[in-house]
This record gives sequence, C-alpha cells and structure tokens, in this order.
Amino acid sequence: MSVEPVLTVEDLSVRIAGLHILQGVSFTVAPTGVTVLLGRNGVGKTTTLRAIVGLTPRSGDVRGTIRMGVQSLLARPTHRLVRGGLGYVPEDRCVFAGLTVAENLRLAERRGSTPAYDKVFALFPELDRRGRQRAGSLSGGQQQMLAIGRVLLNDNRLLLVDEPTKGLAPKVVTEVAEVLERVAESVPVLLVEQNLAVVRRLAKDAVVLSAGKVAWTGNAQELLLETALTKSLLGVGSGEVHA
Amino acid sequence: MSTLVLLTLTGLGVAALYLLVASGLSLVFGLADVLNFAHGLFLGVGAYATWWAADNLPGAGSDGFGFVVAVAFGVLAGTLVAVLVELVLIRPLYSRTIEQVLVTVGLSLAGVALLQATWGADARPFPRPSWTREVTGVLGANVPNAGLLLIVAAAVVLGGLLAFLHWTRYGLVIRAGVENREMVTALGIDVRKAFTLVFAIGGAAAALAGALGGVYFGTVSPGQGGSLLIFAFIVVVIGGMGSVVGSAYAAVAVGLLQQFVNYYGTSGLGDICVVGLLAVVLLLRPQGLAGKVATA
Amino acid sequence: MTNSVVEAPPAQVPDELTPGRSRWHGLRPFLPLVALVVAAIVPYSTVNLPGFFEGPLNSPGTLQLLAICLVFGGLAAGYDLLFGRTGMLSFGHALYFAAGVYGTDVLVTRAGLPLWQAALLAVTGGTILAALLGAVALRTVGIAFAMVTLAFAQVGAIVVARDFKLGSGEGLTGGEEGLPLDVSGLPAALVGVTNTVNLYWLALAYLTLVVFVVHRVSGSPTGRVLAGLRDDERRIGVLGLDPYRFKLVAFTLAGGLATAGGVVYCLIVGGASPHVTSSELTLSLLVMVVLGGPGTRWGPVLGGILYMYLDHRLTAFGSSDAVENLPAFLSHPLSQPLFVLGTVFILAVYFFPGGLTSLKSRLTPLLTALRRR
Repeated sequence: MSVEPVLTVEDLSVRIAGLHILQGVSFTVAPTGVTVLLGRNGVGKTTTLRAIVGLTPRSGDVRGTIRMGVQSLLARPTHRLVRGGLGYVPEDRCVFAGLTVAENLRLAERRGSTPAYDKVFALFPELDRRGRQRAGSLSGGQQQMLAIGRVLLNDNRLLLVDEPTKGLAPKVVTEVAEVLERVAESVPVLLVEQNLAVVRRLAKDAVVLSAGKVAWTGNAQELLLETALTKSLLGVGSGEVHA
Repeated sequence: MSTLVLLTLTGLGVAALYLLVASGLSLVFGLADVLNFAHGLFLGVGAYATWWAADNLPGAGSDGFGFVVAVAFGVLAGTLVAVLVELVLIRPLYSRTIEQVLVTVGLSLAGVALLQATWGADARPFPRPSWTREVTGVLGANVPNAGLLLIVAAAVVLGGLLAFLHWTRYGLVIRAGVENREMVTALGIDVRKAFTLVFAIGGAAAALAGALGGVYFGTVSPGQGGSLLIFAFIVVVIGGMGSVVGSAYAAVAVGLLQQFVNYYGTSGLGDICVVGLLAVVLLLRPQGLAGKVATA
Repeated sequence: MTNSVVEAPPAQVPDELTPGRSRWHGLRPFLPLVALVVAAIVPYSTVNLPGFFEGPLNSPGTLQLLAICLVFGGLAAGYDLLFGRTGMLSFGHALYFAAGVYGTDVLVTRAGLPLWQAALLAVTGGTILAALLGAVALRTVGIAFAMVTLAFAQVGAIVVARDFKLGSGEGLTGGEEGLPLDVSGLPAALVGVTNTVNLYWLALAYLTLVVFVVHRVSGSPTGRVLAGLRDDERRIGVLGLDPYRFKLVAFTLAGGLATAGGVVYCLIVGGASPHVTSSELTLSLLVMVVLGGPGTRWGPVLGGILYMYLDHRLTAFGSSDAVENLPAFLSHPLSQPLFVLGTVFILAVYFFPGGLTSLKSRLTPLLTALRRR
C-alpha cells in the first residue's frame, strides 16, 4: 500500500484470564474508507477493538504494537486515546439508559472544542427531537444512532465501530449502513460486522480473523466474490447474505 | 397520636443519620465499585474534629455561630481525610476491587485504633448548643430538637446532592459512571477525577453525620462510626447501590421500621426486622429498590 | 472440556511442584508432621523465651495464649475455604464462630447439658444455620453477598447484646458482660489452671482437623470446581455445574468448622463475650488470611497464629518501657494492636499480595543474588 495507514497493528497478543484470545494479529487500516474486521463468533474481533482503545480488562495481558501514525497507543489510558481522536462505538451500543438523549450527547462534549451538534443533528434529526427522552426508552436503532452520534460530536482520526447492526430490524440496518457510509466519507472506520450485505455496501478492505490469528487480508469486495473462502472463514456463503 | 408523631419523627431522625452516611457509600460504590469500610472512619474524624474544634479552635465554640464553625471544621477534616484516602490508598489500586476493599478494611481497623489511641476508648461528652437539648412540640408530641436538626440537615444535603448530580457537568459524569464506567472513559473523560470527587462528597456527608450524630447522642466515641456503618450498608443495598434517591427511601423505611418495632415489640427486634427487610428485598429484587444490579 | 476445570488453580501449584534447591527437599512432605509433633510436645518444655512469652512455655498463661493462636489458625484456614479457595467474600463468618461459643456456653451454663451434648448440638446447630443463611445469601454474589452476610452476622451480634430473657429473670447471653462458663458439670480434665495443657492439645487437634478437612476438600473434585468458581464463575456454569450448590457446600462446611472452633474457644477462655459476634472478628479473619496468603495450605494458618499472637503481645509491647519512652504521637498509636496490625495489613495488600507464603519466593532470588557475591 502506497498511502500511510492510519492504524497499524503488529503482532498483537491478548491473554485474558489465562485464555490466549489473540495470538499475534497484524493488520493495517487505510486512511480512507471502511476497513471491516470479519470472522466467526468468538475469534477475537471485539477483543481486538477493545485492545486498540485500551479497554482490555485488568486480568488481561496485551503485547505487540498498536500505532496511530507514529504514535504508540499501548499502555495509554482510554480517555487519552479517545481525546487523541479515536472514536469508539461499542458493541451493544452502551448508551446511558438512565440519562436523557441530550445528557448522553452532552457527556461527549469536551472543553476547548465546539461540539458539532449541527453535523450530528443533520445525520440524526431524531436525536434533536427526542432530546428529553430517556435513552433507555429508545428503540434499538435509535440507541445505535445515539451511540454513533455522541462520538461524532468531536473530530476523530479513526472510528472503531463494533457490530452496529446487531439485533436491528432490516429496515433499520439499512439506515445505519447509510449513516456509516456518509460518515466514512470524512473519517476512516474500522468496522466489526457480521451482516455481509452491510459489508458489501461499505467495506473497502477486509481483515478476517480465525481462532485468534489473521486468516486473510485484502480487498473486501474480492473476498465476498469467493464463496468457498467466505464459507470456510465466516461460516456463510456470500450468497446467503440477508437483509 | 402523640406517640405516633414522636416515633415517626425520631425514626426520621435516625433515617437522616443513615442517609448522610449511606449517600456517600452508595455513590462511592456505584461509581468506583469500592465497598468502603473506612467510611465509618470519616464519620469518626468529623465527630472528633468538631469536638476538638469547639474547645480549641479560635472562633469556634459549642453554641451559636461558634458551633457552626466547629461543625464546618469537622466536615472539612472529614472531607480532607476522605480525599487523602482516595488519592493515596485507593487510586493506586484502580479497578482491583477486592484489594481496595481490603485496604479500606485495614484502614477502618487502624483508623479507629488511632482515634482510640489519641482520645481514649471511652465516650466523651459532645459540645452542643443548649437549644439542641430541648424539645419542640409537634402535634402534641415533644420531639428532641437534635433529631429535628438531623432531619433538616439531611434534607438539605439530599437536595443539594440531587441538584449537583442533575445540573452540573460532574454530576452528569458521576451518574453516567454509575451506569457504565468504562463507557465514560470511552467518551474521553478521566473518570478517576470523579472518584476523588465522590470520596470528597461522601467524606463530607459522613463527617456531618458524625458531628450531628454527636449532638444527637450527646457523646462521641471511636467505635460510633462502625455500628452506624452496618445499618448504612443495609440502607445502601436496599436502596440500590449508586442511587442516592433509593438510599433516601431505604433510609426512611429502615429508620421508621426500627423505631416502631423497637417501641411496640421488644427492644432489638426492630434491628432484626431491618435485616429481615434486607433479605426480603434481596430475594425479590436483587438490584435493590433502584439503581444498578447489585452483583458487581 | 471438563479438563479445563479439573486443572488445579495455577497460583498454588508452583510452590509444591518446583523442585527446591535445599538439601532438606526430601524432608518437605514430612515437615507438617514434624511441626505437629513439635507443637504437641511444647507443653513439656520449660524453656523461657523472654520477650516472646511472659512465662516458660509450659506455664498456663503461655499455653492459653498458644491455644488461642492455634484456634484462630484453624478459623483462618476454614475462612480461607471461602475467601482464598472459592473467592467468596463473606463478612459474616463471626456469626458461626459465635454460634459455637455462645451455643456451648448457653447449653452448658443455662440449660445444664453435659459438655459433649452441648458441643454436638452447637456444632449441628451452627452448621444448619450456615446452610440456611447461606442458601439465602448465596442468591447474591460479589459485594452484595459480602453485605448480606455482614447483615446476618449483625443480627447475631444484636441478639447477643440484647440479652433476651427466657421466662425467668436471667438473660440468656449475659449481654455486654458476657457469660462465664459454668464449669461444675464439665469433665475434670478440662477445668482448672493446671489442665490448660489439655485445652492446648484440644486446640491443636482442632487446628489439625481443619487443615486436614480443607486439604482434603481442596484436593477433591469439589475443590477443583470451587477453584474454578474463584477464577471464573461463568466457566463452571457453562459446564452444566450449578455454582450455587458448590458454593453452598463450601459455605456450610466453613460455617460448621467455625462453629467447632467456637466450642474449643469457649472452653479455652472459659466463657463467652460479645466481641466474638462483632464484624471486627470477621474482618480480622480476613486480615489473617490475606497476611498469610489466601488459597495456600499453610498461609492462613500462619496468618491466624501470628495475628492472634501479635494482637495479644502488642498490648504488652505497647506498655513496655521502650514504647512508653517514645514521644506521645508515636507511643499512643503503637500501644494499639489494631493500629499496628491494620497498618501492616494495608502495607501487605500493597507490597505482598500473596501474603507470608509468597515471601519465600520473593526472597529466594534476593538471597541467591547475595550469596553469589
């Protein structure tokens, strides 16, 4: 690759409670577009994202290199990484259910920078209208919008998005995919996604994990064309793409 | 009728004391997952500092404005100790929950022993304004003023705390952190600053409980915090850990139950009923009346 | 899949399996036996250890102190079955100990039962109590479990302190004064200052029993499940084993052992006093286990013995001339055993997370490095 990657992961190993979850994972994330992290359940996709953003549990042991540009990310506290431009949208959305939508957004505001409410509300007009509603009473799709929206209030150099379409209705999946497509025009995204229709729509590059190791890297669209490969690596043929 | 009023108001007075101790415990546990056994120490420090200040601090005394100064000094001392404990002892063990509990256990043993070493094991008469020894007629009942003072103080603290939690940036961070601490850091917020803050708030409220408890009981002794702490723990669990409002409801329920059963049943039965209430609440609603699931 | 659970917990394997360098290595398996024999013949020794004990080893005062230390060694080992080996943080262990102390005392002194019946009833009652309360408390986990056990134990403390009366004027438990044991119906061999040695042996027998039981349990399949629960409860659940049942077994067993300890303690000190019901007693058990080394065979025993010894001796140390002559800001705190022990405990949590038993492995590299010079 001729362009400098935005994120470089080299020989990343993660052990948690004695289990060797990642065993020497290496890949890069291109500075534009969506890079998708694929693999069957339990191969360590979420563990990879959490290791990047510094959220490996205390009982865990992380080794290897994670760099954003020339800057090493390992051993830096999560809140510093995030302020340094690493946006993280976790699995299961993790909005603060007891807080209102407006409070959820306000939490992401930072001293010294103007929150981009106009941008977020342009993407998600719903969030503006439901400002006083408790986030816990939102639908799954709305919660996902909120989880993405609060990250977009600040400028990011890279977004980590973990299974944004999990458990959503097909129509909402399409909406989320549309939003991510627009977001990816301005900021690179590392996406964990099981829904291959979404992958086909968004992804430029793909990294496939299998049993804690990188099994395949390359162009995402090429991967999806190879039915045998997707079947062996992901357990689904690309023909079975739903939604 | 007058007995009912008296029992209700003394029950609320005890509830106020529990709430002052429990609100801080609940926030500290809810946010930082620290079961703080040293919380009773903050109470003891508040009580002894007030007691000391009333005699020794210029401007402070045991009556009028001097007493306010003495109490303020006690609260300040409790807050300072709480902040120091968090910064020096708790913070280095960040997210190692069991070790943090162990440290607070050691601190509660050593701290109470230190109070005892300095001021002796025996209870000391507490300086208190003369009006707190009198009673006020409420609906035909003669209610001790010290109890009313506790109720007013707890109501003010509760109101202030809720306002702080809902209308300030730090309050927002604390409420969010109680729900999901990890996600707060993932939004770029250094949640450990909020830890120090909840320790300070908890220390201040506990120290106030120590000072006003001294007025209420008329004496101060090193072990006072410990016995209050157990009921405060019960209040926190029943109310749901991390929920100040839940703690307030639970404190009232526990305080009233205790007073009424102790009066109409035999003395001591009320305390046992409180533990029974705890067992019932835990079996029916393991997460307590409100707040997050109490299994963390 | 089952294999992953049957693995012994990694923390306790190395110490026993790594070949020691010393020439005494071959004797290691017999060391506990040697220690037992030495402990058993201590009462025949008239050695004076000035500074360590007030009288010769076989004086009643020293033997009583040693007996108390041994009982607490056993109690700590039993408590470790919960904390160190299963990962349960119970703050109510004092309740079962107190059930033994007060159960024996009340049944002998108030009900006039012979000792063996009283002891049997107390231990049975304490075990049933642990099973019942454990069944409720174990519906919660983690910190909530700690608080619930604490609250249950508090009921015990309240019951004892309120001194409930049964029919006649006399209270059942003696309230704050405590209840001296009526020795008139006791076997002669357990009564009187000259027979302190028998109580010492009784305490030693209790400690041996606890160590044996805990050792057998932790080596059994149940013990491996318990270790699995400590490391990761979900993994046990995934295997189709019910964590609740295993934890209840451990809780009941530990409760029963504590009650038995209470019976012995009641005989040694000749009565019951309300401090055995206090939450501080449980906290000190926790301190003993952590100081000694949770989850190890000898750590909690050593921790318990050392803690009780220091608790008693530091009082004497505090009133000794050396401390008295220090400035007040030093001498006052140092005369409080709990201040010293609490502080040592905090330091231990920071600097010796494995407790006393980890000291050896920490010191070995240092010693070899020094020897090389």
